[in-house]
Amino acid sequence: MTTLFLITAVVILASAMMVVTSRNLVHAALWLVSTLFGVAVLYAILNAGFLAVVQVVVYIGAIAILFIFAVMLTRREMRDTGPGLNKNWWVSALVSLLIFGGLAYLLSSWNGFSRTSAALPSGFDAVSALGNALISPDAYVLPFEVASVLLVAALVGAVYIAFNRK
Amino acid sequence: MNLWTNPIQVTADWLMSLLTGWGMTETLASILTQLLGIVVLVTIMLVIDIFLVWIERKVVARFQDRLGPNRVGPFGLIQPFADIIKLFIKENITPVGVDKVVYNLAPVLSVFSVLILWAIIPLAPAIIGVDLNVGLLYLVAAGAIGTLSIIMAGWSSNNKFALLGAFRQVAAMVSYEIPMVVALLVPTILAGTMGMLGISEAQQGMWYVFLSPLAALIFLTSAVAELGRAPFDLSEGESEVVAGYMIEYSGMKFGWFYAGELLHAFTFGGFWGILFFGGYHLFGLENLGPLVAAAIVLFKALLGYWVIMWIKYTLLRIRIDHMLAFNWKFLVPLSLVVLMVTALLSTLLRGTSTWVMGLSMFLSNVLIAWITVEILRGRSRAAREEVEGSVQPAVEVAQH
Repeated sequence: MTTLFLITAVVILASAMMVVTSRNLVHAALWLVSTLFGVAVLYAILNAGFLAVVQVVVYIGAIAILFIFAVMLTRREMRDTGPGLNKNWWVSALVSLLIFGGLAYLLSSWNGFSRTSAALPSGFDAVSALGNALISPDAYVLPFEVASVLLVAALVGAVYIAFNRK
Repeated sequence: MNLWTNPIQVTADWLMSLLTGWGMTETLASILTQLLGIVVLVTIMLVIDIFLVWIERKVVARFQDRLGPNRVGPFGLIQPFADIIKLFIKENITPVGVDKVVYNLAPVLSVFSVLILWAIIPLAPAIIGVDLNVGLLYLVAAGAIGTLSIIMAGWSSNNKFALLGAFRQVAAMVSYEIPMVVALLVPTILAGTMGMLGISEAQQGMWYVFLSPLAALIFLTSAVAELGRAPFDLSEGESEVVAGYMIEYSGMKFGWFYAGELLHAFTFGGFWGILFFGGYHLFGLENLGPLVAAAIVLFKALLGYWVIMWIKYTLLRIRIDHMLAFNWKFLVPLSLVVLMVTALLSTLLRGTSTWVMGLSMFLSNVLIAWITVEILRGRSRAAREEVEGSVQPAVEVAQH
């Protein structure tokens, strides 16, 4: 498991690096697909099969495809020229290193940091547990419905903008 | 437990004992055994794929009143091997200006997106790669990878026709994914699980095609659209976009797309059989042994594949705007209505006998179909009257 996690983590970080450094926008989008797929593998390692599959369906099947469409349709020249870094690059590198160090320090002082998760009891159905949590009033029914309303509002807005009045 | 009642487990156990007997650790031996299982499954599917070429050519010949391949070997059975040797010795042309890595990755991903589907197909209760509890969503996710492979092929080919063909195909696939997902929710509701094994098992008493014929039809329609086969093969078109996204591929790279398409059709035929036609259940014959059950599933997959071919070689190509309008204005609302009625009925009738449940489900589907046909008839009548109403005065003027 640890080997699998390390391989996945390296793939995710390397492709995420390629997303921001790649000069070709479509290549960047494809590297993003690789990153998102790596995250799906992480979910699968964590026994969250539903999240893993939804990650692939939503992020690769819909969002990444839309990215690629948008990139192809909006720009004739898909290649950026000019330097990728400006003279302040070391400041941002320093800040991100500090944030990473701070987070690692905070997490290492948490007592759950080095504990391995307990094995799931046999017969435990994570999908139906998730489904029950999403519609139970004690759990997440309100956030779930609010998110749905937000999506419907976005849909209505998109239709309103695109609607061609006769 | 012997080789006949549980062939996979027995073989795996034998391999494990053999490998550990050679001094391997338990983990390494189990990884090797599982890898070997994957290789065997993929090899069997690709060999079936070779014969699918022969089946497709024979069936299309019959539909078009021809004989099909009949020269090489008995019934032309060796013909696909000759075709494959031809594909292998053809030159692999890489056009100028293609994006090499993406260009070469696309056909591989295309076949890969189909092959991974066989991991969740239950050939028998004892012969299944992995019984995922999110099996149906996995089917949709594999489709997402197929969509990605098409857009990669279209973009990397450095050809306007390929890009246009890929755009059309991807637009169709992304839209037809929605009625497909909604239709997949119907067996989920009826069986109470998304796992393929659970859905197969739940159809022991009654096949879901009798409970929800509309969902079966919607799934078949959107599956044909996902495959990009006629009448939805709009990425192809000799006078407009030539061969669509695969225009720049030659030799075995084209062969991969072709093999992927045939295997995809066969696989969706299999899913149709498993989700709506009882999976490995066939009048209790599956109790004879897992190999018989696997034969039943493959037989149903071939039947589904035959239906898909029947549609392909009978219908004409639809224009893209008609195709998208058909999806968004007809299939999506219809599938949503079917889903809501199924959910409502299955909740209301929980605990009643299979026959009451089955009959009311079937009647509700007939009712929905009848209302749909009535609405369609009313709309087409209104459209016809509009056209005739605008034509009539012009005729009168001409008479004077």
